[in-house]
Amino acid sequence: MSSRDVIFSRIRTALADVPNLEPEQDIPLNWEYGKPLPLPDVLETFVQNCLDYKAEVERVPAAKVPEAITKMLKEHKVRTMVVPAGIDDGWRKAAEKGGVKLIDDDPPKTHQELNEIDAVMTASRVGIADTGTIVLDHVADQGRRALSLVPDLHLCVIRADQVVSDVPEAVQRLKPSVQAGQPLTWISGPSATSDIELSRVEGVHGPRNLLIILAE
Amino acid sequence: MTINLSISPRRTPAPPPGTIGIGQPEPVASPAFRENAKRQLQNTQMRKNLRHATTTIRNKRLLRVAEVPNWEEVRSAGAALKDRIGRHLDKYLAQAEENLTKAGAHVHWARDAEEANRIITGIVKSKGVDEVVKIKSMVTQEIEMNEALEAAGIAAWETDLAELIVQLGHDRPSHILVPAIHRNREEVREIFNKEMGQYGTPPPDKMSNDPPILAGAARRHLREKFLRAKVGISGSNMVICDTGTVCIVESEGNGRMCLTLPETLISVVGVEKVIPTFDDLEVFMKLLPRSSTAERMNPYTSMWTGTTDGDGPQELHVVFVDNGRTNALADPEGRSALRCIRCSACMNICPIFERVGGHAYGSVYPGPIGIILTPQMRGINSAIDKSLPYASTLCCACADACPVKIPIPDIIVHLRNKIADKKKHDMHPHLEPTVMVPVNWMFNSAKHFEFVQKAVSFAAGTALKNTDYLGPMPWPASPWTRARDIPAPPAESFRQWWKKNRGGRR
Ligand code: SF4
Repeated sequence: MSSRDVIFSRIRTALADVPNLEPEQDIPLNWEYGKPLPLPDVLETFVQNCLDYKAEVERVPAAKVPEAITKMLKEHKVRTMVVPAGIDDGWRKAAEKGGVKLIDDDPPKTHQELNEIDAVMTASRVGIADTGTIVLDHVADQGRRALSLVPDLHLCVIRADQVVSDVPEAVQRLKPSVQAGQPLTWISGPSATSDIELSRVEGVHGPRNLLIILAE
Repeated sequence: MTINLSISPRRTPAPPPGTIGIGQPEPVASPAFRENAKRQLQNTQMRKNLRHATTTIRNKRLLRVAEVPNWEEVRSAGAALKDRIGRHLDKYLAQAEENLTKAGAHVHWARDAEEANRIITGIVKSKGVDEVVKIKSMVTQEIEMNEALEAAGIAAWETDLAELIVQLGHDRPSHILVPAIHRNREEVREIFNKEMGQYGTPPPDKMSNDPPILAGAARRHLREKFLRAKVGISGSNMVICDTGTVCIVESEGNGRMCLTLPETLISVVGVEKVIPTFDDLEVFMKLLPRSSTAERMNPYTSMWTGTTDGDGPQELHVVFVDNGRTNALADPEGRSALRCIRCSACMNICPIFERVGGHAYGSVYPGPIGIILTPQMRGINSAIDKSLPYASTLCCACADACPVKIPIPDIIVHLRNKIADKKKHDMHPHLEPTVMVPVNWMFNSAKHFEFVQKAVSFAAGTALKNTDYLGPMPWPASPWTRARDIPAPPAESFRQWWKKNRGGRR
């Protein structure tokens, strides 16, 4: 018998007392999926919770996004930045206006090369107000996972209509991405650890700076 | 802690001798919990650090939980889903296998630790490499994978900061969430100074013991390993059956490094870690971060569904591990222990765990969940496993904290019964029935009871003039009184008082 068969037969023997019903009938669930969380102001909650996680947030009208990009990159003295292929042209120009040298991931940069680059700029898929989270599904305007991981600063632009109240709504919005086989990265603030005497240190391996621009 | 590395051919720092794994062929050599606990209680530094950690996390958890208006409903949904999974595990595993395979992952099955390690070692060797980077994972500790890889000449580098401290310190984790919490910053600095340079990028000269500086040293030390790694190894918090998606929840970003940069990724997953649908994710992503690190959301969660062209590892393996889980599943009264999502809330709230720490439990799974899970997975044969269900005061705090409502105290009592039955069955002379004969006599009639009460207060009155507590007593009460103070019996019992003041009226 293969190990697979052994394990399945152990499971069936172990569950001899369980009636032969459909799982949903056997253990019904009193739960409504995808329910929004009633919040007085979804966008403001999103901003506050992102700030609470030590991300920097700029809330601007859509037309002012380029301006915010230039300003934030200047403030952080970013010199080089990798950008995914599908990024907005206006955002690229805004970054260059801030004196940043843009690097395209084409041909794909090696890990070592990415490690030498100061920053990365991406769009995003979903924002979650209740938890201060942004989720990337790594399509063309966000790029492959390594891009938003290796450089030390991540600038992420999110549209107001992408921000939902809570995790259940977000899961529903993300379902098509997963069904299309896209990986997901949920990001809540910069990388952090509390491993030494429980004192919180921002930034271990992921980007130590997370900058979010919320475009209304 | 005494291994001399200059003469050792090892690739990674050696852990202390002995085993805390589950399902290893050799019997577990750890002494019973009581002896371990006594030794751990000597370590005041550890106790101080642990008390600080558990108090901070559990208080913060209460805040985070209070923010969720329907917390109890989410808990019930989590518990029900986990029961649904456990009771129909064969169906869900078959579905997970099908969808993982469809998405392009290779699925393997391991009956026990030994087989899991053989599969993992085989995959790593087939890639022609002699090192891997790994994410902190309970199941890889449970099967003691690092040592199996080491024996095959493969170095497994821990990349979580706390696990790095534990590995470089030739040590063992003391908590499942903050494994190096028994070390203070000065000890961490010493470990880094002494060991880091032997295994890669050394720490900076004259490094201070400031946590951000220490974390910075770890970042530099590990960055080199991440960038060159060809194989990564992870556990998984959830495998989603209807989409074939693997999910990892973490804080530092070391997980993302291990999941993204290597060409090959091996995920080792306990068979109970599957969840039915992608929709169900909402329940667990609400329960887990708030219950474990007491955050609204952990910094990073990664999910992947098979391989993606030009993004991340191009070869994925999932190794499903039984290793005693089906033993737990076979006990209808004990199987709900498999609901566990390894959040550690039960540990942070447990008065016993807070005092003795994770090392006393002789298992990778310490605390309330450990004392019900380890004996179910490993059996109740060794001294440590037989003693674990007694490492509880049955105060029930764990059951209140558990996000998936595992009735931990009920299972503790159930396992104690099992152990007592086994003892009876093994024909060892047994104390309890002997004690119960006079106890029966005492409770049989009011007269008998009164007689005993009078005798006790008389004896106490003569023997205990200056103290309120009885100390250790001679056998047969010695095992019980060694660790407990018994309040001295009152000079007058309630029955005596009633008789005197109410004239025996009923
Ligand atoms: S038993 Fe419950 S509280 Fe304890 S670690 Fe598991 S899920 Fe968390």
